[in-house]
Amino acid sequence: MTDDERLDHLIAAGTETLGLHVQPEWLPAIRLHLGISLRHAATVLGAPLPDEADPAPVFVA
Amino acid sequence: MSRPGAAALAAEVARGAQSAVAVIEATLARIERLDPKLCAFTDVTAERARAQAALVDAARARGQALGPLAGVPFAVKNLIDVAGLPTRAGSRINRDHPPATADATLVRRLESAGAILVGALNMGEYAYDFTGENAHDGASRNPHDLARMSGGSSGGSGAAVGGGLVPLALGSDTNGSIRVPASFCGIFGLKPTYGRLSRAGSFPFVSSLDHLGPFARSVRDLALAYDAMQGPDPADPVCVDRAPDPAIPALEQGEAGLRVAVAGGYFQEGAAPEALDALHRVAAALQATRTVTLPDAASARAAAYVITTTEGAALHLERLRKRPQDFDPDVRDRLIAGALVPAVAVTQAQKFRRWFRAALRGLFQEVDAILAPATPCTAPLIGQKTFVLNGQEQPLRPNIGVYTQPISFIGLPVVTVPVFPATGLPIGVQIIAPAWREDIALRLAHALEQQGVVQARPSPLEELA
Repeated sequence: MTDDERLDHLIAAGTETLGLHVQPEWLPAIRLHLGISLRHAATVLGAPLPDEADPAPVFVA
Repeated sequence: MSRPGAAALAAEVARGAQSAVAVIEATLARIERLDPKLCAFTDVTAERARAQAALVDAARARGQALGPLAGVPFAVKNLIDVAGLPTRAGSRINRDHPPATADATLVRRLESAGAILVGALNMGEYAYDFTGENAHDGASRNPHDLARMSGGSSGGSGAAVGGGLVPLALGSDTNGSIRVPASFCGIFGLKPTYGRLSRAGSFPFVSSLDHLGPFARSVRDLALAYDAMQGPDPADPVCVDRAPDPAIPALEQGEAGLRVAVAGGYFQEGAAPEALDALHRVAAALQATRTVTLPDAASARAAAYVITTTEGAALHLERLRKRPQDFDPDVRDRLIAGALVPAVAVTQAQKFRRWFRAALRGLFQEVDAILAPATPCTAPLIGQKTFVLNGQEQPLRPNIGVYTQPISFIGLPVVTVPVFPATGLPIGVQIIAPAWREDIALRLAHALEQQGVVQARPSPLEELA
């Protein structure tokens, strides 16, 4: 599967799940931006953090 | 000819050299004459401004003490509530909302200081923008070259102040939306510490990262507006319960005793020569010879990107379901992509945010301020979709904020200062201070302004007017 095919599968399944109706002519831009976002996500997921690291927002009851 | 700044106007009104009514009439006439070229305003609140100006003049006639911004015209990005106007947030969809029933907290605070609201300003749709373009209201234009971008998303704010229509404006900054237009339009912009200024009565984009702040054409004006807006506000859960910490008293203290460093590595990779020239000029003036590395800045930027696109998508999901055709396509397609990013990345991004904050706190034990470019280049042409960054052609819209995003990610205060080359367009440099030390960034910006290294110059439009 090519990168574009993988993204298209994700877009098709994700938008259907979320109830988003994507027109075919929107697909190239969504694919471009999803590719950029997932590269950033991979960068973040690659950052080594300890299991004990707390997320920045801490809820105070 | 340069327009008088906020401080000068307030002084003139206070001593009776001119009335607030006269200031407002001149401002409204200027907006009518120049705004068709700049496309900065989406609403002009003329009658409200005239009524408010009459109140200021009446107060003076009664011998009442006037506020520090008495008679100063200002305008606000149209995601900030103005009573009687729908808060459009740059969108087509939100202008169907009923008009706001009250002013935002910051509008009320500026008016309490005597300032006079004259209107609402154009912006990129839902603030997901660095260009200043808007599919519904048209692109706000750069006052120094009308063919070029104002920067976004507070594009109308940059154009209105840079074009001399008003001396003060408010904008919002989630990833750079104050600092980018300040850089492109050649003016000063302050993104305060996250939680310093109330966001109550503004339409959100990414609550985890949203800030409001002022634009001006001098550091004193920026500080006057900032001081007038400080203070806790229970209506914004992010706004801290912290007493105002005025910046004006320390403004004249100069750079002596402050340790200033230049951000290296990530913050200089890919920058155009004009961005690096501006950075080096500011660094030389502040005798900043040390270069520091902000650890893993690329991951900080990536984490800000992930939080932005996912939180933005969550905010707009229902509108994306029901009215996708009414979005600006450039915004809609990014938000749909954001809805598909795995949640594991969002949680990790929020963990990284705490880690990065701790790392920068450590760095600020060694230095008092850090300099970095505000934008990688001067203002691109309106309609331009790509630019060269790090030697590669890349999409422009997601990448203009490459140097601003890692800083707002952890909420640090930044003043963007304008540098004008001998020829060509202005470009900004970020003065980054530790959290809650806006006074340091403003003090350094003022010292640079006194030296003539940074300044907001009148636009060609004003010289013709």
